[in-house]
Amino acid sequence: MGKGIMRILDPTGHLGYVPLKPESFYRGMTTKPDFVVADSGSDDVGPGSLGAGTSTSPLEWQRFDLEHMLVASRKQGIPMIIGSAGDSGANSRVDIYVNIIKELAEKHQIPKFKLGYFYSEVSKEYLRQKIKDGKVIMGLGGLPALTLEVIENAERIVAMAGVHPSIKLLDMGADVIIGGRCGDITIIAAPAIRAGFPEGLAYHMGKMIECSSLCAEPFMGKETVIGTISDEDIKLTPFHPGQRCTVAAACSHSMYERADPFYEYAVGGKLDMTKCKYEQFDERTSRITGAMWIPAKEIRVKLEGSRKVGERYIGIVAIRDPYAIQHVDEVVRWSRDHVEEKFGKTGYQLYFHIFGKDGVMGDLEPVKEIKSHELCIVVEGVAPTKEVAEEVAAIGTRQIAYMRMPGVKTTALAAAFLVEEPMQARPAYEWSINHTVPVDNPMELFPVHLTEAGI
Amino acid sequence: MKTEKLSELAGTIRSKNAGVTQVTFDIIFPDKETYELVKRSGVLTKESVARLYGIKEERISDFVEFDTANAIKFTLYRTKLSGSPGDPDVLGAQQYAPLLDVEVPLQ
Repeated sequence: MGKGIMRILDPTGHLGYVPLKPESFYRGMTTKPDFVVADSGSDDVGPGSLGAGTSTSPLEWQRFDLEHMLVASRKQGIPMIIGSAGDSGANSRVDIYVNIIKELAEKHQIPKFKLGYFYSEVSKEYLRQKIKDGKVIMGLGGLPALTLEVIENAERIVAMAGVHPSIKLLDMGADVIIGGRCGDITIIAAPAIRAGFPEGLAYHMGKMIECSSLCAEPFMGKETVIGTISDEDIKLTPFHPGQRCTVAAACSHSMYERADPFYEYAVGGKLDMTKCKYEQFDERTSRITGAMWIPAKEIRVKLEGSRKVGERYIGIVAIRDPYAIQHVDEVVRWSRDHVEEKFGKTGYQLYFHIFGKDGVMGDLEPVKEIKSHELCIVVEGVAPTKEVAEEVAAIGTRQIAYMRMPGVKTTALAAAFLVEEPMQARPAYEWSINHTVPVDNPMELFPVHLTEAGI
Repeated sequence: MKTEKLSELAGTIRSKNAGVTQVTFDIIFPDKETYELVKRSGVLTKESVARLYGIKEERISDFVEFDTANAIKFTLYRTKLSGSPGDPDVLGAQQYAPLLDVEVPLQ
């Protein structure tokens, strides 16, 4: 049994991705919530952040969100939890966030407080040993079980923590927690479960407010919401004056970005939402009951791993000639033939993204007829070395301008270059690990640390 | 028979990554009546969606009628995991457009 109610404030669905909106945040903070939380990561940003050990957004944006949250929460003595630091939740991201917190605490002369953090990276040796011990590291979303070769080729691997490391750090007295990779919903569920509230409601509140204002309408990002949990229900309240958390908005958000609207998985079990009831509590607040937590027989932890595919260059070229537009497949074929003449058919990747034809949807595009009077072709070249990637992209881009077709009247270049030479892009990565590993203890992959910050 | 486009009947039509291997589609109706009308019409089924997107039915991993939310939801496997070289829509956010023009018979 929890004690009365607990209120948890979430100002952003992805800390640092787009800066939080201070007005609704401070409006929420005046109501003195019990916890301030935000998740800072996602596999949505693609495999590059994890693979390259970078963040998708400028550090300045991450610092901006952390500064508002830290200063306001410390002023009121409210504990703060940040999950999946710096997009990927890799160890380097946790260290950067811990340093930012220390710098900010000094800058704002914040009285000493306890700063807890946990790591989520997984060593290849740990996974090799699991396989040697006969454990199956199962693939998610239709992927086959993990092999030693895939482990070897991964650039970096993180595990997705459950509520356990956050609860442990709260037990140790942490006032501020910086988490490595962890389930978005777990940083909200953790303090509520620790306080004795029903697990089903706690995880469900996590699910509902982890994207902050996306659970309310009309659509707004990065505006503050507060979730309130009791022993009987959860309530969701937005703090932008123009937003309401309606039953429709709450229901709609409950199925967001998941294949199955009824279940959500976290370390140690699954959240069962089949019996949930949604009702309007007051004009701006919805009330939800009925979520249940079903503990798993075997504890499995999700792994994410990224593999480097190669260096990448991108060329951007456009065509306006109506004959070339109608024959764009042949134009692209001409260009690809020139790349193959130089490099053969393998050992690199070359993509022509033809915007105005099927650049957005690729093979899913049902519209076959080109109706646009101009096309943009983004040429993506990926190869083991920068030199080859550059040349692949350069031939692919430039030969579009040199196509020879009887119906094209120009005797000068048959394409417009946005930039003359292809641009070096971030290296290309791909998700190679999207699996679950069985563990004996939900803490075994997540070492926790406690330090101090402030003056 | 009189028909209306799905974009006129639904409040929300969206697509978004569901993990890195799949993209999920949500068609959410403003009320039970409209939801039931579209459900009854049979224009949104595993078969019709496969036809609309020009894919085999096996590529649809889930197809759910979610009564609580007045929503129809289906999920496709990606041919490239999100963010791989060549993937044009890292978040899977712009794959819903063909659904907007689906004609729904009004009886």
